[in-house]
Amino acid sequence: MKRFLGFVKKEFIHIFRDYLTMIILFGIPAILVLLFGFVISMELKNIRVGVLDLSRDEVTQKITDKICSSGFFERGKDLAGYHELGATLRGGKTKAILIFGEDFSQRLLSEGTAAISIITDGSEPNVATQTTNFITAIIGDYNRELAQTDMPGTLLVSPEVRMFYNPTLKSQFMFVPGVITMIMILICALMTSITLTREKEFGTMEALLASPLKPAQIIIGKVVPYFFLSLIDAILILLLSWLVFGLAVKGSILLLLAELMLYILMSLSLGILVSSIAKTMQQAIFVTLVGGMLPTVLLSGFIVPIESMPEIYQWISAILPPRYFIVILKNIMIKGTGLAFVWKETLILVSFTAFFIVISLRSFKTRLQ
Amino acid sequence: MRTIFILLRKEFLQLFRDRFIGRAIFAIPIVQMLILVPAITYEIRNIRICVVDLDQSVDSRNLINQLDGTSFFEIRHTSFSEMQANRLMLEGKTDLTLQIPEDFGKDIGNGNPAKLMVSVNAINASNAQLAWGYFSGVIREYNNSLIAGNTEILRFQSIPRIEVTNRYWYNETMNYKFYMLPGVLGILVAAIGFVLAGLNMVKEKESGTIEQINVTPVKKYQFIAAKMIPYLLVGLVDLALGISIGMLAFNMPFEGNPLLLFLSSFIFLIGALGLALFISTITRTQQQFMFAGFFFLIIFMLMSGIFTPFDSMPEWAREINRLNPVSYIMRINRMVMLKGATFGDIRNDILSLTILSVMFTLFAIRKYRKTA
Amino acid sequence: MGTEKENIITVRNLVKKFGSFIANDNLSFEVKKGEIFGFLGANGAGKTTAVRILCGLSAPTSGEVKVAGFDIYGETEKIKRNIGYMSQKFSLYEDLTVSENIRLFGGIYGISSREIREKQEILLNRLGMNALRNKLIAGLPLGWKQKLAFSIAIFHQPRIVFLDEPTGGVDPIARRQFWEMIYEASSEGITVFVTTHYMDEAEYCDRISIMSDGKIMALDTPAELKRIYTARSVEEVFVKIARPDKN
Repeated sequence: MKRFLGFVKKEFIHIFRDYLTMIILFGIPAILVLLFGFVISMELKNIRVGVLDLSRDEVTQKITDKICSSGFFERGKDLAGYHELGATLRGGKTKAILIFGEDFSQRLLSEGTAAISIITDGSEPNVATQTTNFITAIIGDYNRELAQTDMPGTLLVSPEVRMFYNPTLKSQFMFVPGVITMIMILICALMTSITLTREKEFGTMEALLASPLKPAQIIIGKVVPYFFLSLIDAILILLLSWLVFGLAVKGSILLLLAELMLYILMSLSLGILVSSIAKTMQQAIFVTLVGGMLPTVLLSGFIVPIESMPEIYQWISAILPPRYFIVILKNIMIKGTGLAFVWKETLILVSFTAFFIVISLRSFKTRLQ
Repeated sequence: MRTIFILLRKEFLQLFRDRFIGRAIFAIPIVQMLILVPAITYEIRNIRICVVDLDQSVDSRNLINQLDGTSFFEIRHTSFSEMQANRLMLEGKTDLTLQIPEDFGKDIGNGNPAKLMVSVNAINASNAQLAWGYFSGVIREYNNSLIAGNTEILRFQSIPRIEVTNRYWYNETMNYKFYMLPGVLGILVAAIGFVLAGLNMVKEKESGTIEQINVTPVKKYQFIAAKMIPYLLVGLVDLALGISIGMLAFNMPFEGNPLLLFLSSFIFLIGALGLALFISTITRTQQQFMFAGFFFLIIFMLMSGIFTPFDSMPEWAREINRLNPVSYIMRINRMVMLKGATFGDIRNDILSLTILSVMFTLFAIRKYRKTA
Repeated sequence: MGTEKENIITVRNLVKKFGSFIANDNLSFEVKKGEIFGFLGANGAGKTTAVRILCGLSAPTSGEVKVAGFDIYGETEKIKRNIGYMSQKFSLYEDLTVSENIRLFGGIYGISSREIREKQEILLNRLGMNALRNKLIAGLPLGWKQKLAFSIAIFHQPRIVFLDEPTGGVDPIARRQFWEMIYEASSEGITVFVTTHYMDEAEYCDRISIMSDGKIMALDTPAELKRIYTARSVEEVFVKIARPDKN
């Protein structure tokens, strides 16, 4: 046991001495939290709207102003005619163009109806649909104003909305659990798989195996430092998001820590598994970074909600452990629910861990024989 | 020149000698394109609703039917208890709760303003807003139908009304695949070369072979060129594969000039590889490189505007993006493939990208020292 | 000895510091053309640092160094054309075959493909490695790897070859064979600069210098050193120099 502790200490010193890795280890979480906090959001802002106003009257002016002062849009170029449409949208700066036909207000008065066309740049569908929706809603409001002035006291159904769990609609609530999930799997799985493959590649594993330490002790010794490092990282992210965005943990902190440890354990065993399969570090890194990063980011519900994926992807995502952990984190951190709500996901993570350990033990044994 | 060929032969031999990597560099992009591109959509369908209809009147039922009739909403649960509805949302089974108070129908009948209570699961703030937006749209329609019903006597025609028509250019059907493919392709093409070239360089350091090269008269630029060219070619082949997949499997349109796309990707790849080699010259182990590489990759990717609207970023972030090669290629790819942009349209982007690529490569050559 | 031969390496007051640590403390020595110069010292004495400076892999903190007639400041690329190098960290490409490694390094020095082919045949025959030409380096035993690495280091017939702990980790028979190759190279007129911590190998050198804590403590022929220190072997000389307090 004493020998083992000495070995663990050596591994710790090894990692801490590597300044660059340490900087990045704590820099990545900080930068990601800040990126998601201040830079990346799905909300529509500063969208440039061009206007092709062939009528140029009071009503078109009013509608344009109303749209551009809504906070989502910026007044873009004024187009002189239809011939400028193509070049303006193709240039990419202007995302939407509002077209008022000739004699807009006159038609509105005499015929009781007039048409506005919105042309949006569909090469970014999410921006295009949201822009169309928002503009349509703003024009809808204007219509209601028209109706109201015409017939005061019209009855209306007005819905009253409550935003649950996130009343101020902070996008961080969505991203923080995702960032923690990604960072942890990165540090644990990638780091352990690389450290272990490294020993294999440079032939130092044999030397270690020849030492009086047992194989299991060697692996555990190599893995323990990463366990603590990623736990510290997770706590760092939680602290940062609490201090910077005021995202406090609503549920039980103890439960949260326990789940974090379970997830770290799962990631570590995944790393051990990868190392037992990969022959060189290059392979281990390539597979996890190039092959694993995008699918995990995209399919685990971090950026794209799982519910909106086609059904087959919901199945694929079912084999990605991060998916379950994101659900657990959201429940404990944001909804403040207890184990009763996440026992299923917890159980799944436990099974993943067991599965990875069993498989890597097997391949480790056959390798030694 | 002969020296570069000799070094290139070595790099190619090594690249394809590892059979796994030799295959993975082509297989991974194909598989990821096929799997990932269709997965990404921000469209929200099937917003799951729980209705708590305490009114049970004709009007409330009309409203519910109207909701159910849209493609966005799906009424999953009905309940008579607010508590139960909240519980369903807590369990993650519903996205939105609509509560219709007892006097809803009576109020409408009496011409009083009627209220509705709506609760939205807002953990995903943007989805919540979208859901709320769709919901408000339905209510607007419902209001309009009420007004129409009540004002027949008052001659509805006299109320002026603006109609809205809309069209989506370049992507009429709002196909998200067309949006994601150019972006995912840009990232994949860059990531493969970035990771492999960088690792390759650090590996030479770790195993000491770089010393053996450093005592020879090989010039710095020759060595760097030999490290870049193989991955440059791999990247371009992957690009061609990706575009073919897009066109064959997803019916991706290709409006612009393919040559223009390859030219920009070529410049972009030089930048990505230059950066990778630069990072590899300042790291000592593959592990360090991987971390530093991940750091840049994830920041470049997330800030590039591939997943989130570029314009929504704050001003300073958009300024930082001037140093982000991924954000240029993202824009260029989309513009060339979907909008048929010509050289003139993307001249500025190509220019900036070129400056950036030359800069990164010069950094790498400068920082790679044959003398420690 | 007779006529004094010209110096091919001249080192004057060479100092190399890493932060506050002084790896090479004011070294001065010459190496004559054609000789086998042994650079002795315990691990960490500063031998490798000095060799790396001579090869242009590392810049000195101060001092004058000339190798093959070129200055170490500013003319390293010219020096590199004239030297061969083999380091203790075995450094052929493990994932390339024997023949691919030969072609690579031969080509880098600008030897034509035909000449490389011809010389390769001779080389492989001499090493008895004909059957192994298409084997990966990774699969070869260490002794063979080292012989091959040495052959590749002198493949372009450099004026000087630097060997940094070339025989680390191999058995005495392989070391003997290795030294036979060194003699052969020397007889072809290549100056050999070799570092080692095996004292028996020092006996094979024309002249040796003994380093300790970054300084050169002694420099002469093995016979002369033994005479001065009244020792029976270089090993004894080394012990007396490295631990003067015990005598």
